[in-house]
This record gives sequence, structure tokens and C-alpha cells, in this order.
Amino acid sequence: MSRCLRERSIDHVVLERGEVANSWREERWDSLRLLTPNWQCRLPGFPYSGREPDAFMTMPEVVRFIDDYAGFIDAPLCAGTTVTSVRRSDGGYRVSTEDGDWRCRCVVLASGAFNLPALPPMHDATPPGVETVTPLTYRHPGSLPEGGVLVVGASATGLQIAEEVQRSGRRVTLAVGEHVRMPRVYRGRDILWWMDRSGILDERYDSVDDIVRARHVPSPQLVGTPERRTLDLNALSALGVRLVGRLTGIHDGRAQFSGSLRNVCRLADLKMRRLLGTIDEWATGEGLDRDFETGERLPDTVVPEDPSLGFELAGEVRAIVWATGYRPDYSWLHVPVFDRKGRLRHDGGIVDSPGMVCMGLTFMRRRKSSFIHGAEDDARDLADRLAEYLGSGAWSGRVPAAPDGPRAGEGG
Amino acid sequence: MSESVNNGVNVDHLIAARQAVTETPAAAHFTWRASCRWVNGTHSHSTVEGYFGLGDEQKHRKEFTFDADHPETFAAEDNGATPVEYVLVGLASCLTAGVAGVAQHRDIQLRSVRATLEGDMDIQGILGADPDVRNGFSGIKVTYEIDADASSDDIEALVAQSQKRSAVYDIITNPTNVTVDVK
Repeated sequence: MSRCLRERSIDHVVLERGEVANSWREERWDSLRLLTPNWQCRLPGFPYSGREPDAFMTMPEVVRFIDDYAGFIDAPLCAGTTVTSVRRSDGGYRVSTEDGDWRCRCVVLASGAFNLPALPPMHDATPPGVETVTPLTYRHPGSLPEGGVLVVGASATGLQIAEEVQRSGRRVTLAVGEHVRMPRVYRGRDILWWMDRSGILDERYDSVDDIVRARHVPSPQLVGTPERRTLDLNALSALGVRLVGRLTGIHDGRAQFSGSLRNVCRLADLKMRRLLGTIDEWATGEGLDRDFETGERLPDTVVPEDPSLGFELAGEVRAIVWATGYRPDYSWLHVPVFDRKGRLRHDGGIVDSPGMVCMGLTFMRRRKSSFIHGAEDDARDLADRLAEYLGSGAWSGRVPAAPDGPRAGEGG
Repeated sequence: MSESVNNGVNVDHLIAARQAVTETPAAAHFTWRASCRWVNGTHSHSTVEGYFGLGDEQKHRKEFTFDADHPETFAAEDNGATPVEYVLVGLASCLTAGVAGVAQHRDIQLRSVRATLEGDMDIQGILGADPDVRNGFSGIKVTYEIDADASSDDIEALVAQSQKRSAVYDIITNPTNVTVDVK
């Protein structure tokens, strides 16, 4: 966004509470690599230039990449500056920091969607003697107590942590709700290559059936590894991880799991086949079939015959890892831009308050909005909007309208 | 939406209802009711008629009644289905209604839908013969046979989506706090 504002000669400053790429430095576990291949890590005017386009960056590499970009664009950066509040103030905003206040006409909320762990209320019922860990504080298996571990959540985070904790010799139980399954490599190419080229990642927020649902789709079960392997529930079962249904409650120290494991696995298998079918259709339509090997389908998820419906936590596990998602922290944003569930009201990144836009939220403007390379198109669109606003004073931020033909009402 | 597909489900109405409850969440609060009168032995007679929803008291078109009993195997008079069979009926009818709704929404014409259900139970639980055996089903198996204008993956997806949105499936697969008072 800074780069796009500069291209439009808009005076601005970038406030960062720590160092550049702070959350990548401080809030990620040790083994994590990006889920997106290197070739996809591009920012405006700054493509990936290394020698391993198909590899996945480690966190220190991501930090270097973003740091290099900050230098490349010569961003007007105030590091070590924590914003304590943003309020409306005559025709613009007052941004308070620990080092004093800024007054501005426009604010870009680029603090991200992953600031805090989204812990379900049942988290409070965790019995004494069972440690609770979130992905923001988890570093490596050795930081967990010896003994059983319950990992709650089966998206990328939950699967990656479950795998390395099981490999460390701790017996892992994985509570599995709805999830999105994908092969890492399909027809010889990274799955994200197919989604990128076929336009799936460019899909706009105002062209999908039901944007609320689309924004709540869990992140795909992917891992970035040098060998580009697929990480799925079958791989974890083969390692000895015990699969159970979604954690539905903790009562008197007893964890209860849903009996829906079979169906959530079925849904994920069917949705994966539909995605690969869409990709095949696109490849055929583009005349690419001769250039790529034929598509292989992963075997269906093997669900245990009789998954556990519950157990005494203290008897089975020493720690629970809550891989139940993340949420943004807007505790400093004192502007009435939230809906009744506390979510930011925005229309494709244009917040419902004059001169305010956001960046990097899940499916914010396009399916790729929360990807590193997704920032470019969004930043251009939103920088244009800010330039218009600074010129004319007109702001058309509005609460998202009902999308056309929502795939809703599938009740029963 | 294709005009030719007709499973007898008013999807537009359901979509309008979803829009309405999104705008007015209070209207989404429903209370379902049943009343039950003991007849004799294990025979009871239940009725449903009124319920609360959309901010007001509502009524079925007429009162529906259900006799429940146990079969002669249990030395009872077999005046009706057993309560656990009603649970299977509830699950089957909820999932089947869901299949029709999802099919309508996805422009899939159904020709026939049949479900058979089996709930396994070790009655040592209800007889108190073995404290390690639960009272309820140890598992439920539902088998669908569906004839429709769709691929087998699309038909499977109907059934999977129906489970995802089913109230009774949720009631059975997830715990619910139950309060039973005596006046």
C-alpha cells in the first residue's frame, strides 16, 4: 500500500509496533514455512528473484523478503511505534501512539487478521494440569510437556503442529471439524499454480454466491516443505495420530467430540474432487491437457471405524493446542465500524467510515487478498479510492449488499 | 434457477427467510414443543401443535399425535413405535428434507429418494446389566438410494451437505444440555 500511495504522490507514514514484518518474526512457530511457493511471493514491482521458485520460504526468509521490500520502496516507516488508539477527529482521524499523536485524513488498517487466537468459550473449562497453548505462542514440540497432546482444529496450522508433535513421540489426538483438503502438487504443478493460473485466486468478493460463507472457509490443509509433500488426515493417521470429531465441549474435565467426523471428511473429499474437476475443465478448455500429466485423485480420507466421542482430559493429555483460528485485534480502533458480531464492516476493503480502508483480510476483495501476492491488486484499487477521496471528499463505503443468488437456505 | 427442476421445495422462500433472520436475528429464535401423556405400561400418547417462531406463537395446520410403546419382546403391548425408532424417524426425515432442499437449490431433479436406517444398541445399558454400556445407540447407519439427474459425486454431495445443515443430525452427533423439572 505504501508503494501504491507513493505512486499517487500521497503523503503517508507507515506505523509498525515492532520491526518490519514483526508478526512473522515473533508470532510463528519454528518449523513454519509459507504455504505459497516462492514464485508466488511478489509485491508491487518486486517479483521473487531467487533460484528456487518452487520452494517455500522459512520465517527468516519471509522477514528478509519483506525487509528487502521496505528498503526497495524506501517506505516512510516509523518502527517501534505502537498505535494505542484511532479516533475520528474533525474531518479525519487522530492516531495516538506511545510517541505522540498523528492527524490524518485517511487510515489504512493493515494490522492483519491473525493478531489473536480465536479461542472457543469452552477453552475456559480446560481442567487444571492440562496446559493450553495457542499457535501464536507455540514454538516447537519440545516446548510442550511430555505426554499426550490434543490438537483442536484441522486446518493447515492444526495439521502441521499435530504432525511434528506426534513425530516428537507425544501421542496426538486431532479434533477434526470442517476442513479443506488439497494435494500439494497436482498434475506436476503446485496446487496454487493451478488456482493462480485458472483465475480461482482472482475471483472477486462481489462475484461469489455467498461472501460471508466464503470468508469463513477454513484455510486449506497445506504445508510448505522442500519435498513438496501433501499433508492430510491420511498422512497423520499413518503416523499414529488419533482422529476424533470436532471438540464440542469440555464438561467436568471431560472432552466431548462430535459424531460428525465421517461427514466432515466426506465433505472435504467431495469438495477436493470438485476443485480438481474445475481445474481439469480449465486445463482442457485452454488446450493444456497435452502439456501436463493426467490428474490423479488422492484416496478418500480413511475414517476410524469407531472414533472416540470423549475422554477424561487429565487422563489422556498434558496439553491442548488450540488451532481454532485467529482473529484481528481492533481493540485500539475507536470508530463505529463493527457489526453486531464485532466484525469490521467493509465493502471489499472500503471500510464504512470516510477515508478508511483495510488490507490483507480473508477474501477481502479477491480470494487472494490474504496472500502476500494478493496485496498488489487490492492496494492499487484501494489507493485509487483514497486518491479519489482526497480529491473529492466523496466516500462510497457501504455495508456489503446481499450478493446475487446466494447459495443459502440449504436448511433441513 | 432452472424452471424445469421441481422437487417441491420453495427455495426462494428459504433464501428470503435467511435474509430476514440475518437482518433481524431475534426472529430466528424458535421454540419447538411436544407434550406427552402416559397411557398405560410403556404406552404413551404425545402431541405437537403449537411452537414459537418469527417473534410470535405459531401453530401447525392441525394437531399431530404419536403413540409410543415397546414391542412384545419387552413384554409390552406394542401400541406404537419405540421412542428410539422415533429418533431414527426424526433423523431420516430431517436428512431427507435436506436432500430435497439442497437438490432444489443446486438444480438437481430428484426422481426417488429412499433411506434405510439402523441404530445399534446393547440393551444391557437400559437394563442396568452392565454399567460400562451406554443406554443409547452405539452407532447409527443411514443408507441412501437416490435416483436423480446428477453424477454420483453430486448426489453424494447432496447427502453430505444435508448432514451439515441438519438439526437432528446435529442433535444426535453433538451434546445438548437437557433440563428435566418436576412441577
